[in-house]
Amino acid sequence: MATVLTQPARSSRTLELWLLALALAVGVGAYALVGMAMEDSIPPDIVGYSAGLIGLSVGLHLVLRWRAPYADPVLLPVVVGLNGIGLAMIYRLDASYGTADAPSTFAERQLAWTALGVVMAALVLIVLRDHRTLRRYTYTAMLVGLLLLVLPLVPHLGVEINGARIWIRIGDNSLQPAEFAKIALAVFFAGYLVTMRDTLALAGPKVMGLQLPRPRDLGPILLAWAASLAVLVFQRDLGTSLLFFGLFVGMLYLATERISWVVIGLGLFMGGALTAAQVFPHVAGRFNGWLNAYDNEVFNAAFGGSGQLVRGLFGMANGGLFGTGWGQGYPQLVPYAESDFIIPSLGEELGLTGLLAILVCYLVLAERGLRTAVGVRDGFGKLFAGGMSFVIAFQCFVVVGGVTRLIPLTGLTMPFMAYGGSSLLANWMIVALLLRISDSARRPAPPSSPVPDAPSDDSPIVVGGRDGGGRDSDGRGVEASDNETVQLGVGEVRP
Amino acid sequence: MNTPLRRLSMVVVVMFLALMMSATWVQYVRAPDLNNDPRNVRTLYREYDRARGPIVVGGEAIASSEPVDSPFGYLRSYSDGPLYAHATGYFSVVYGRSGIERAMNTELNGTADSLFYSRLQDLVTGRQPEGAAVELTLDPAAQQAAWDALGDQRGAVVAMDTRTGEVLVMVSKPSYDPNILAVHSSREVTERWAELNEADGNPLTNRAIAGNTYPPGSTFKLVTAAAALEDGLGIDEQIDAPDQLPLPQSTAVLRNFGGSSCSPTGTQTLGDALRISCNTAFGQLGLDLGADAVRAQAEAFGFGQELQIPTTVTPSYFPEDPNDPNTVLSAIGQYEVRVTPLQVAMLSAAIANDGVLMEPQLVRSVRGQDLEVIRETRPQELGRAVSTSTAEALQDMMVEVVQNGTGRAAQISGVQVAGKTGTAQTSAEAAPHAWFTAFAPADDPRVAVAVIVENGGAMGNEATGGAVAAPIARSVIQAVLE
Repeated sequence: MATVLTQPARSSRTLELWLLALALAVGVGAYALVGMAMEDSIPPDIVGYSAGLIGLSVGLHLVLRWRAPYADPVLLPVVVGLNGIGLAMIYRLDASYGTADAPSTFAERQLAWTALGVVMAALVLIVLRDHRTLRRYTYTAMLVGLLLLVLPLVPHLGVEINGARIWIRIGDNSLQPAEFAKIALAVFFAGYLVTMRDTLALAGPKVMGLQLPRPRDLGPILLAWAASLAVLVFQRDLGTSLLFFGLFVGMLYLATERISWVVIGLGLFMGGALTAAQVFPHVAGRFNGWLNAYDNEVFNAAFGGSGQLVRGLFGMANGGLFGTGWGQGYPQLVPYAESDFIIPSLGEELGLTGLLAILVCYLVLAERGLRTAVGVRDGFGKLFAGGMSFVIAFQCFVVVGGVTRLIPLTGLTMPFMAYGGSSLLANWMIVALLLRISDSARRPAPPSSPVPDAPSDDSPIVVGGRDGGGRDSDGRGVEASDNETVQLGVGEVRP
Repeated sequence: MNTPLRRLSMVVVVMFLALMMSATWVQYVRAPDLNNDPRNVRTLYREYDRARGPIVVGGEAIASSEPVDSPFGYLRSYSDGPLYAHATGYFSVVYGRSGIERAMNTELNGTADSLFYSRLQDLVTGRQPEGAAVELTLDPAAQQAAWDALGDQRGAVVAMDTRTGEVLVMVSKPSYDPNILAVHSSREVTERWAELNEADGNPLTNRAIAGNTYPPGSTFKLVTAAAALEDGLGIDEQIDAPDQLPLPQSTAVLRNFGGSSCSPTGTQTLGDALRISCNTAFGQLGLDLGADAVRAQAEAFGFGQELQIPTTVTPSYFPEDPNDPNTVLSAIGQYEVRVTPLQVAMLSAAIANDGVLMEPQLVRSVRGQDLEVIRETRPQELGRAVSTSTAEALQDMMVEVVQNGTGRAAQISGVQVAGKTGTAQTSAEAAPHAWFTAFAPADDPRVAVAVIVENGGAMGNEATGGAVAAPIARSVIQAVLE
């Protein structure tokens, strides 16, 4: 279990710089290619654009050198690459959307949001010196999370777009508070579950080989279930609802190691969703548009039909194996090609090859995050990093699965790529948090703990460990050195 | 909690594998279907941007793509639009494709698998890729003759080469000009489309193969006669031909055309019954044979088959399980029996070809940029419809119909024509449809024809198949044989 947890003390920042150069080459190259394809010339602002992108990423790289020297070297380049490709696609769509009189400016705004996102990430890295600080705000985070979730329901503040009420309007900008609620709720789940895990993991009755929890411990999962159903019912957003429930069930499993929670969770959600499909026409429409997507009637339905989905599929089919090339396809024919449907847009112009490469990037991102969770020593950090990595992967699954008709389509955006300020800001913050945790995971453990936190912080779970042998490495203290013990051999670490 | 973390990372890997498979499914496995979906305007955009292959009839392009100075690149134009509209179909930015434009789309746009080497050549030599040319089997002179003979009447004409199954004539009226749907302004196309859809007689419908199918009327007596001959009845054997045939299980009676009498004795030979198209005789024959035998014979002639010629043909239909009175009506081509004009032409063609039914074909060949033949259609047998002796008996009977019977208007000096008329009741108010099907020359058949003139055409209630449809068939046969 605790074999490959800590790397040798190496900062890997130089590796990060090289990977960053590669990612920037992809992003800036894509931008230049779009310009050549759409306007027959390299975009005139290419210098400013590259300088901006390079400045932002190198700036964040320097912040990492300063504040988190041991952070994972792959996370930042992957994210910069994805963000760059997304920007190039949005810029390319602008060229199709806009006219000489009314140019479309999605790309400019997305670039501004990217800058803001990078600055936010830097701030997180600078201000938050130790992720365990967040644990103190477990219940504050819950309140903030729930507040953010209900914000769109507040009259005058919330706006309804295409039937879903998940936006709030501030000035000229609309924000999706749910994106930020994701972080707050991950903090809450991690803090809550790390305290309650033993209780929740306690054996209940065993039915058909499944260790069921005790009925009285079902409270939290029922609460989370009710909350996500409320999102589904009142905000009419299947995606957000699915995402939160997935996050909760995933983290619950991480904390308790009980498959029964996953089974119960999936069962509850499916039951809820099926009931909702019976009761609410907008949910039923989603299912119908998924199952009977190619029916002419469903395809042509003015509202809630499968027209958008199938047009996206047409686009991807048009791309085929190798894609049409930047600017050579027709992604602009799909409504919301720059946000919800940016994946079909990329699939069309970059082909199956390009799309698979992008998916691999996301997979690497999620897996590096999960590896960070494996490496970090405290239970809260493990849960938090694991939860956030999983939520990135799960969001990709829901989005890409939706547009490729693997699962019903929901209105979620692809992290880092899709147009949307809230999504960009929130996801850059998530990356900053993962970087912060990975710094602590990969930092060589000095003889005396570098973190002056009270050891009692983790005491409820440190004691013993329910598997008896301390197989897991949850707390720091005793079990942290357990990591080292296994790796280095018994006795060598003991002072 | 590292164990669940590792398991979770496996779950994440599985999720991404599912996504990759799903993406592969869409972009590779299903891509050809999606690209061919008529709702996929995207493919159309892409296609307008490359030279689409021409559709050729008799050595001349009837549909071709011309370069224009617009974002689309090329404009599809039809040199004899209305005449060939139902064969070529339309090619529209808004409404996709129909007809050959749809059925042979991948050949015309150059993406068909069979064109792989041609594409490879283009890639290596740097030649601008172009679609392949599709050559049709139509005979321009006969097509024009059918078009002129049908005039302003609603209906359809189909002619086939009896030996190969090649479709020589496909005319459906009213027609339309596919050029007006080929323009690039979607607003204009939408307006024209709406006009066509509101126009009298649904000009967009290809009545020859895919319209609302028609009751075949007396032309179906060929099928009933074939079933009887196959059952062992002789052409000169006497059969019942009463003035009135009481329909079983009801008080209604079946009469002959105009209430006339088929024979003073109440019986006549099978040959005479077909010559004068005696309803009561064939009604009784159908009842004696049973609905199953008649349906089996109809299916041997191609009823119920979904043909792709390569345009999709609506299957013709014989009722599933009619009761006795409906069996009587079905045997004379009324009740729920429904046919396409192509199916009626196939009846004559099979009889003319000594009982062997050839598969109808509209495409003769596909040719690449250098006119090299990429694919050539070979004659295919669909099966044997009737035995040789039955076919010969039917041929003799059909010759009699034109020489001394209801089809005299189809006579051509110097050529022996064999045929069968039909006058199909549709409803009490509307005039009947006039049918005629024929083949010629009777001693060495080459061409089979089917003509339908809806609701009697210019003659209205006075119309019979012999008076209205037979002269059209004669013009077509003359044009083919010349």
